Amino acid sequence: MADVKKKQIPRQTMPEQAPEDRVRNFDEVPYGYTDQLAVLEAQRCILCKNAKCVGACPVNVDIPGFVSLIQQGKFLEAARRIKQDNALPAVCGRVCPQEEQCEGSCVLGIKHQPVSIGRLERFAADHERRIGAVAIPALPQKTGKRVAIVGAGPAGLTVAGDLILRGHAVTVFEALQEPGGVLMYGIPEFRLPKEIVRAEVDYLKQLGVEFVMDYVVGRNSTIRELLEEEGYHAVFVGTGAGLPSFMEMPGENLIGVYSANEYLTRANLMKAYLFPEYDTPPIRRQHVAVIGGGNVAMDSARTALRLGAEVTVVYRRAREQMPARAEEVHHAEQEGVQFKLLTNPTRVLGDKRHRVIGMECIRMELGEPDESGRRRPAPVKGSELVMELDTVIVAIGNKPNPLVPRTTPELQTSKWGTIVADQKTMQTSMTGVFAGGDIVSGAATVILAMGQGRLAARAMDAYLRGETRAQA
Amino acid sequence: MFEICAKREVAPNVHELVIRAPAIARKARPGQFAILMVDDKSERVPYTLCDWDREAGTITLVVQEVGQSSRKLVLLKAGDHVAHLAGPLGVPLEIEAFGTVALAAGCYGIGAILNIARAMKAAGNRVLSIVEADSHYLHYYRAELAAVSDELIQTTTDGSQGAKGHSADVIKHKLERGEQLHRVIAVGCPFMMMLTGNATKPFGVKTLAALNPIMLDGTGMCGACRVTVSSQTQFACVDGPYFDAHEIDWAELFDRKAAYSDEEIQAVARTEAVAARQQPQQRRPA
Repeated sequence: MADVKKKQIPRQTMPEQAPEDRVRNFDEVPYGYTDQLAVLEAQRCILCKNAKCVGACPVNVDIPGFVSLIQQGKFLEAARRIKQDNALPAVCGRVCPQEEQCEGSCVLGIKHQPVSIGRLERFAADHERRIGAVAIPALPQKTGKRVAIVGAGPAGLTVAGDLILRGHAVTVFEALQEPGGVLMYGIPEFRLPKEIVRAEVDYLKQLGVEFVMDYVVGRNSTIRELLEEEGYHAVFVGTGAGLPSFMEMPGENLIGVYSANEYLTRANLMKAYLFPEYDTPPIRRQHVAVIGGGNVAMDSARTALRLGAEVTVVYRRAREQMPARAEEVHHAEQEGVQFKLLTNPTRVLGDKRHRVIGMECIRMELGEPDESGRRRPAPVKGSELVMELDTVIVAIGNKPNPLVPRTTPELQTSKWGTIVADQKTMQTSMTGVFAGGDIVSGAATVILAMGQGRLAARAMDAYLRGETRAQA
Repeated sequence: MFEICAKREVAPNVHELVIRAPAIARKARPGQFAILMVDDKSERVPYTLCDWDREAGTITLVVQEVGQSSRKLVLLKAGDHVAHLAGPLGVPLEIEAFGTVALAAGCYGIGAILNIARAMKAAGNRVLSIVEADSHYLHYYRAELAAVSDELIQTTTDGSQGAKGHSADVIKHKLERGEQLHRVIAVGCPFMMMLTGNATKPFGVKTLAALNPIMLDGTGMCGACRVTVSSQTQFACVDGPYFDAHEIDWAELFDRKAAYSDEEIQAVARTEAVAARQQPQQRRPA
């Protein structure tokens, strides 16, 4: 097809559930491309020789390669091409911020709309899974080296997938009852169906990765014991940002104030929305405020809507500064989430039984840019207001999980409690120990965690083959 | 899956479960807990590790049936399995030669102090185990505790056995008489632990209480278990479970423990039918 003609094809949107329907269920919002839509969208790609999108992907998926296979209708081959670089394509197609990565650097985006790379990735992975054609590639000869991975989140799963394909024996230790980390407890069913996470984990199991659940590294075994007594040759720590931050304002421990982690874990991992079939009670209230402007705030707000509440997102800066993906904000708005912007909570109000009845806030205005480049919000004097509420969800971020650092004094940590690791190799201060994901970067995205996992896997493979000597 | 090796009712509605969990038994230390899920649809509930056997690879829990999840657990019998068990969690208790250590306990806490008494005694302390119950028939572990304590004192609130009152009353009495206590550890319901703290505060005896707020993951992730200690928010799962009883905001803890009482009633009403069905073989063993 001539390039001129390609440009005439508009960017294809995915069919999705109508907002008024989806606020009443936890089913996934978009249905995904049909075969025809996928081929049409793929045909928009001009298959650049020096494709910038590949470099903009943290795990360097061969994007022109798999898109051209979709153009030819070779959907299965497309899925397998992606899987050469990305162990979790069905997840990444759904939750990566493509607009800042692959799609953000697509040359079509300069004059037109970029190719919907994320949607195509999702399509290929879903196609392979739907027709039950998930193939197990030929595995190389075993190296005899054993790797322990601490935490079955996106970073750990990536390392597991990469190292098993390089012939190492891989065991993943997870403290919770199911693998997936934030994919399981954090991201809601309507954005990332758990069946997909399970399928991606099953794929790793079929490759030979061993998963040990209910195992708390730091408590059941220390990192040193894994290396010195339990026969592992290298360890990857991907324990995530598992310690929620609070506002540190009065009234924050009243009944009805939750961290987004708790709120979402109840709904997602513990399936509280299926209570009483599942035993964990959901937080089902009428008037909910979510504090924060990131993706986790949007996930919390949209979950609360589905549990029957009226929901307001309270964010201290303006809409343009919201760190959430535009698509997530758009979906939340479509579904009826209200936004109270340039507003900062100062106190939670309770009744005699210490249950939340309201929240005091103050209006903000934007001043000079701060070190993050965003204009710094400042309170407007005399603009206090009270919101009537019964629930407050605090979604302002997480600190690194302290369990491994506290029980591993040999691991060097930063003043924020993150593990210090080399940016290129993810090597920590301990020989044979690598780390990646939010435990290193603080709080970032699934794909950045996977990108660090990819770097770590490469360095660990070299270390295990004796090609590098760790600079501990 | 984790097998229940043995189960017995040590007092009415107080069940001792011995569960095969070698990875926990291998590392358990006094004061720690584990998170248990009966099946894949259950809540995650923290239980104190009362005892363990590293050789046999087993742990012992003492469970009181108080709601939906504990009911599901105590309906199981030896040979059954629980789906998930993660631990040991929490910061282990400091075990040193303090001198005289008083362990105040009620309810499940009577089971929980067994390993603490043993460890404190082994460290060279004089150990007083002071256990309370509403009435004489609710006491348990007499022989077990007597074997690892220098003195075992039982109280009842109805006066039917031993001193009448709470373990806090015994401690207060001892301190008023000029007895030296170098450390007090309280395990039981929040009210009993608060009383213990109140009794020792005027005498400046360091007192630790095992806080048991509602938890979800037990690894620091959710913040459901936050408690206020010395005006600072702490997470009971990773910073505790033991905190200075004189610095705990008890009123807040009482409130937070009742956060889901309405939902709990709904859930229990639902398992009531299950319990009734299982009653003949469960409750009346041949």
